[in-house]
Order: sequence, then structure tokens, then C-alpha cells
Amino acid sequence: MEMSDATPTPAAYTPFPAAGNIPDADREDLRRHGVLMTSMEELYNWGRSNSIWPLQFGLACCAIEMIAAATARFDIARFGAEIFRPSPRQADLMIVSGTVTKKMAPLVVRLWNQMPEPKYCIAMGACAISGGPFKQGYNVLKGIDRFIPVDIYIPGCPPRPEALLNGLVQLQKKIKGEKLSGPDAARFTRADVPSEFPIPEYGAHDLEPTKNPAVWTPPAPPSA
Amino acid sequence: METVEQLRDRLLARFPAAKIELVTNPSAAAEHSLLIDAAHGRDIALFLRDDPTLRLDYCSNVTGIDWPDKEITDITKTTVADPAGASGATKVVEQKTTRIQPGYLEAVYHLYSMALKHGPVILRLRTANRSDAVTLPSFTPVWRSCDFQEREIYDLYGIIFECHPDLRRLLMWYEFKDHPMRKDYVEPDDYEWEPTAHGAILEKAKANRLTSAPIAGDAATPGPGSAPPATKSSNTEAKP
Repeated sequence: MEMSDATPTPAAYTPFPAAGNIPDADREDLRRHGVLMTSMEELYNWGRSNSIWPLQFGLACCAIEMIAAATARFDIARFGAEIFRPSPRQADLMIVSGTVTKKMAPLVVRLWNQMPEPKYCIAMGACAISGGPFKQGYNVLKGIDRFIPVDIYIPGCPPRPEALLNGLVQLQKKIKGEKLSGPDAARFTRADVPSEFPIPEYGAHDLEPTKNPAVWTPPAPPSA
Repeated sequence: METVEQLRDRLLARFPAAKIELVTNPSAAAEHSLLIDAAHGRDIALFLRDDPTLRLDYCSNVTGIDWPDKEITDITKTTVADPAGASGATKVVEQKTTRIQPGYLEAVYHLYSMALKHGPVILRLRTANRSDAVTLPSFTPVWRSCDFQEREIYDLYGIIFECHPDLRRLLMWYEFKDHPMRKDYVEPDDYEWEPTAHGAILEKAKANRLTSAPIAGDAATPGPGSAPPATKSSNTEAKP
């Protein structure tokens, strides 16, 4: 590899996605001259993306990593998400951290239903994504996305705290890109998109139903 | 502590009517165990706990085993005179008979003495069969630590512990009907295609796909009482 002696070019600037008629580049230009112009949408998204309050609950070993992410060493407070709320009514973010057993799944869906919009879900770790190493077990749900919509998937077994922080940053980017009006408005602004989801019942052999087809459909096998 | 053979002999002397067998463990661990009958189980357990030279005051572990029906082939060799010649030559005829050894459920208790620092003494109890006579005496009144472990065995194997103070399912939900750790447990057939190296899973997923409705319409049968897929929204309060 050859070292270049040219002056390093500054990294390409990615502006905040914003609504309005002024292009982002123009507003950035104004910022350079000391004029701060923003939109209600940008300000709103900036505020709530930097103060995400997660729901305080853990399901398995991933929760230990989540706790570690809250400690001084990893310090989730740097991203404004350190206020773990013990009540779903006060939480913005559900971090499904760990194995969701079939016995626990209805309660997780109930907690999700109790959270007010706008709300987001992170599936943390292999178990929450798909059941992980316990996928074919008799009492493990094969992924929480069978019942509630998941915004961010964080793979790992368990994911390190840095991975959780990366997922949180990805979620912040997603929130900052959300529109509050218009045809591509965010999910929580639309009345035709459900906010609550059916809670599965305990059946004689399995959960009933085993999945919510409005949220999740099985992957199609490769056609080859 | 006395050997397990000595213990068996002492128990037999103390409980002459009881049926106590030594189950040997041929492995290097050589943890031999005592198979005791359910009728005298409680008396034997109390004796083991209270005997001054044993004082087995701590039950560290209780576990279950499922022994399904086993087919055993017996070979009996009989010597018959050679029918062809009268020279006296005999012929050995093998006769194979198969019988079914009925299965049973087993509970295994590991006992230690905290007071005298010895153990373990391992007890086994077996049910009469795997279907309708699955009752064993509970040892929770003798050792409190058996409580959750016997509930777990009841949950996963289906052994009913008589005189247990609170025999409910421990891990599965109360509406659950099966006993998942039994060898003949039939798991829910809900395999889907997934990128896996395990061919057995893909085979099951394939069979499932052929027998079931089209994938997208798999919605099919929501359980009784469960709400239909939500279409109406209740997030109006969150509108900015």
C-alpha cells in the first residue's frame, strides 16, 4: 500500500435529513456563517433521538451486557439513553435482551402494547432475533419479531456493549431520518399502522398463534 | 461412611419388607445407587436423614429419567438329538424370543451430610409404568430442597409426587399438556426454511411446506380467543 502525501480530504459531511424547502447543503452553508436554521421536524427528531429512554428489563445473559453498557466503562449515557425506565408507560425503547421463552413471550408483547408511541424495539442477541442456539427447543420463541416489529437487530451471543451502543446509534440515525408528515411519514404518525399487537395465548402444546402473520412471514427458501 | 453395600444391608435389616436393590455404576466414577421401592420411600428417607451415623441432611439434586419400553431378545440354546442319524450326534438349536420390558419413569436423589461431611448417597425410585401409575412419594417434607426440583420433574417428565405441598408446573405454563423431556414427546411441527447446515431441519421444513398452506397464507388458525391481527390503530395520542 502506498502512502499518499496529499493533504487528507475531509470526510464527506452527511447532513441531518430534514424537511422543508431549503436543501441541506444550503442550511449547512448558513451554519458555517453562524446562522442556525432548522425545522421543527429536525429539532424534534434531534431531541428525541438523543434522549431515548429504554425499558428496564432483561431476559437472559444479553441483559448482563446491557447492564455493562450502562456502567461507567461503556457509558450509554454518552448517547442519552441511560435512563432505564421501570415502567413501559415512560419508555421509548424496548431492548429485548436475551432468550424469549414461550412462557415469557405474551408478557413481552403486553409490555410492548403498554408503551406509548413513538416506540422502538431492539432485538439484542441471537436468541431475541431467531431463538439462537435454542431455536428448536420446546420452550423458546424463534425470535421476538414474530409478534412485534423490530427496528434494529444486534447479532451476537451475547453482543458486546459496543455492539449495543452501535445499535443504539443506528436507531438514532433512523429516528433522525423520520418524517413527521407527508406520504413517507414515520410509522407512529400514521393511524392505519397498528401500535398494539395481539397477545398470544398459552396453548396446550404451543403458543396460539405461534406467530403474527401481519408482522412476520417465514423466509422463502432459495429457488435454486 | 459405610459402603453402599453395607448401607443396603442395614436398610434391609431395618425395613425387612422393603425392596432395596443396588444399582451399580460400571464407569470410573463408580457412583453406585440404591433402588428403593415407592411404598417404603418416605420411611427410608426419614431414616437416612435421622440416623446418627448417616445424618444425610442435604438433598443436593433431584433429577428425572425416562426409560421407554425396551425390546429385549432372549436367546435360549437347547440341545436336541440329531434327527437324521442315530449316531448320537446332537445339534444346538437357538431359539429367539423377544419380549417388551415395560418402561418406567425414575427419580434420582443425591444426598449429602453437611453435619458429618460425607456423601453422596444416591437413591432411585421408579414408577410402575409411564402412563397411569406415575406416582412416587414426595421427599419435600423430608428435605425442603426437593421442592422446586420435584416440581421440575413433574413438569418435564410427568411424575406425580404424592404429598408434595405445591405440585404445579415450574418451567412451562399451566395450560401446557405435554412433558417435554419424555422420549416420546412430539414437538410442535413449525419448522421453516432457514439457512442452516443441518439437513434434518431442512427436511422437516420441506415436509412442513408440502403439507401446509402456502407460506404467505400461513396465518390460518389463530387460537381461540386471540384477537385478530390488529388493523386499527390506537396510537393517536402520540401524534405530534
